Amino acid sequence: MAKTLPKTDVVTVGVGWTGGIIAAECAKAGLKVIGLERGGDKRNSEDFSMVHDELRYAIRYDLMQDVSKETITFRNKGDQRALPMRQLGSFLLGEGVGGSGVHWNGHTFRFLPYDFEIKTKTIEKYGKNKIKKDYQIQDWGITYDELEPYYDKFEKTCGLSGEPNPLGGKRSSDYPTPPMKKTVITRKFREAAKEMGLHPFSLPSANLSEDYTNPDGEKINACQYCAFCERFGCEYGAKSSPNVTVIPTAKKTGNFELRTHANVVEIIHKNGKATGVKYIDTLKGEEYIQPADVVVLTSYVMNNNKLLLVSNLGQPYNPETGKGVIGKNYCYQMVPGTTGFFEKERFNSYMGAGSLGEVVDDFNGDNFDHSDLDFIHGGALVVSQAGYRPIGNNPVPAGTPLWGKEFKQKSIKYYTRTISASYEGASMPYRYNYLDLDPSYKDIYGVPLLRMTYNFTDQDRNLYDYLGKQSDKVMKEMGADTIQSQGKLADYDIVPYQTTHNTGGVIIGDDPSISAVNNYSQMWDADNVFVVGASSFAHNSGYNPTGTVGALAYRAAEGIIQYSKKGGQLA
Amino acid sequence: MRMSEQENKKGMTRREFIRKGGYVAGGVVGGGVLGGLITQQTLKTNKKGETSPQQDNGKGAEVSYQRAMMYFSNPEEFTVLSQAAERIFPADDLGPGAIDLDVPYYIDHQLAGTWGNNARDYMLGPFYPGLETQGFQSHLRRNEIFNQGISKIQSHSQEKYKKKFTELDEEEQDKVLTDFEKGKVKMDGVTSKDFFTLFRMAVLEGVYADPLYGGNRDMAAWKMKGFPGNQMSYLDKIEATDFLEIEPVSLTAHMPAQKKKSNG
Repeated sequence: MAKTLPKTDVVTVGVGWTGGIIAAECAKAGLKVIGLERGGDKRNSEDFSMVHDELRYAIRYDLMQDVSKETITFRNKGDQRALPMRQLGSFLLGEGVGGSGVHWNGHTFRFLPYDFEIKTKTIEKYGKNKIKKDYQIQDWGITYDELEPYYDKFEKTCGLSGEPNPLGGKRSSDYPTPPMKKTVITRKFREAAKEMGLHPFSLPSANLSEDYTNPDGEKINACQYCAFCERFGCEYGAKSSPNVTVIPTAKKTGNFELRTHANVVEIIHKNGKATGVKYIDTLKGEEYIQPADVVVLTSYVMNNNKLLLVSNLGQPYNPETGKGVIGKNYCYQMVPGTTGFFEKERFNSYMGAGSLGEVVDDFNGDNFDHSDLDFIHGGALVVSQAGYRPIGNNPVPAGTPLWGKEFKQKSIKYYTRTISASYEGASMPYRYNYLDLDPSYKDIYGVPLLRMTYNFTDQDRNLYDYLGKQSDKVMKEMGADTIQSQGKLADYDIVPYQTTHNTGGVIIGDDPSISAVNNYSQMWDADNVFVVGASSFAHNSGYNPTGTVGALAYRAAEGIIQYSKKGGQLA
Repeated sequence: MRMSEQENKKGMTRREFIRKGGYVAGGVVGGGVLGGLITQQTLKTNKKGETSPQQDNGKGAEVSYQRAMMYFSNPEEFTVLSQAAERIFPADDLGPGAIDLDVPYYIDHQLAGTWGNNARDYMLGPFYPGLETQGFQSHLRRNEIFNQGISKIQSHSQEKYKKKFTELDEEEQDKVLTDFEKGKVKMDGVTSKDFFTLFRMAVLEGVYADPLYGGNRDMAAWKMKGFPGNQMSYLDKIEATDFLEIEPVSLTAHMPAQKKKSNG
């Protein structure tokens, strides 16, 4: 029998970027917040004195979710048997205080104005037929201009280093800190892009170019370019993470209680209102009920979806009828790109920072004409110098054997003689790509696993081909002696790492029949449940998602504070 | 007498010694002096015979007690593992190969631990083969896959060449391994391709991981590749226009000195 604890104003399920932002804002406004985090708390700067360890963190995924306890199941199509993702691969799920905000690279973009009104703008410009059958493109129920102040707020919390995107939406203020330093690699890309008439700008970075104090008084240090960023924690406190910003801010108020090793297994609700959550204290092995006036799901995309489905909250999506919303519009990304091999130069590829790089946005969104193209949207093209580490980086020209003498010689030679340019390729929602519960596999607590049904679509393949040709041209202009183009986009494969930009399933909108939450991330079906994060993206754009996740979280926090005063639907 | 001197006097290369020595080739590996001698021989660090397995950097007899089997217990199996690893990452003009880098010890120790036992993988059933896009679905643990893989390397060598793997020349060894890579060898509960992929990756890990894991001996692989290891900061170097050769540093540099409490 679960023990019922005293009620709180707000409970968050997960304490990463979204949980941290909700906690900080609500606690500052005087609400009592409890943050339930299923992982542990050994993720602060002082816990990372051994962090320059590629094997432990980048190959064995020390900071990621332990999938022996919980994973997802996967199949490409609905008529296949889904099987468990037994090891992490294609994407890396986070766990523990700070979530993936601890081990991210720090690319922090704003989506384009086009993204938020994608359906309207596509039809306006290209006509109805541009949106092909079974692509469930929809507007987000919020515009870029409405979301802009929240982007601004998140950027100031992080102290982002950058310069404006010449092809992006209007900004109310500059980046809080100047762009990162430039290197031989990033200059080469910038100059080639300019030469080609493109519009390069510095990658907006959450590894900071200088010491910074944010509006909440939290200090973030200047990046050391040590090259251990993505998949690693920062031992310098130089990467904006929830652990050095919003979580300490929430704690200072005295209104926030962080409870670790608290794995939420159910949202308890009655008559369209949540009364609290049930969780397992994984150290004690005991069940608790935490009653709350407001329940906020702030875990990753997968778990936000899973908790709603196992709790029977919201209508599950059915791909056959197209009805229902929970699990709908699951999207991912493609990573097209080109690798260049340089015979005459050696680069200091082993140095770098997670978000040290340059971007062009000329092939993203609707920044180029799609009239004669058989796809919509695109992707941001990035050359970054995050630091090549030696186990994970053994670049060899196509046709080279993957082991033996020739492999050894070429992988060593080209380790310091390659540059890669790659995109975050936008992903459009497709009727038969979705999330639901697996009928047979369970986690170690006996709760069904989330099932992912996903494959790349014709839209994805066409976008991928087109973008690859553009990056080939850029790489040639950069002076590569040989370029290696990507092949064709094969079926989605859950094994090789691609990107941890999973989105959708609890999507935002202004129509309850086709969306799950309003633009405050408040559930249509339960006024006091807010579902925050990339689970609310109606499609996935051609950028890294965290900037938009942060902006939506600040808006959700404002909504929760409003709701706690007057109740009801906020939008 | 140090092994290397012994070898030089006999005028044999390391590989010839292993192959022609008869001890391993004949599989007559007993305990005691002979077993120890052969085991050390397979792991010897220096093909030029300058240092012995138990000596580092001319600092004298610095014994590495970690150069011992933690998972495997049969020296012949360990020799097969070692020679196969050497084919993945062979010694050449650039520098040492897998054996000289202590990669076999790295793999052995990994197989004994969390990774070898799939402690952080979802290992609940039911198990079905699945599509390639669905990833690893074997009910076998990695160390079980390695046991079987090594035994299959031996039996496949017998089938193909009527010889033990350790008796084959380099080209023949490569052909045996290529059959695994292409999935041509029948294995139980896993494909030979999956075993090969796992094995290849384990070798590269042992080559390039921090020496704290027992491979990448003396950071020699980092030196070959131009990777400086664990550096605190490149703040003053990141804008450099030339390639910078930096002496590597391992994670031992981050360990604080441990002090005992004194009595009274």
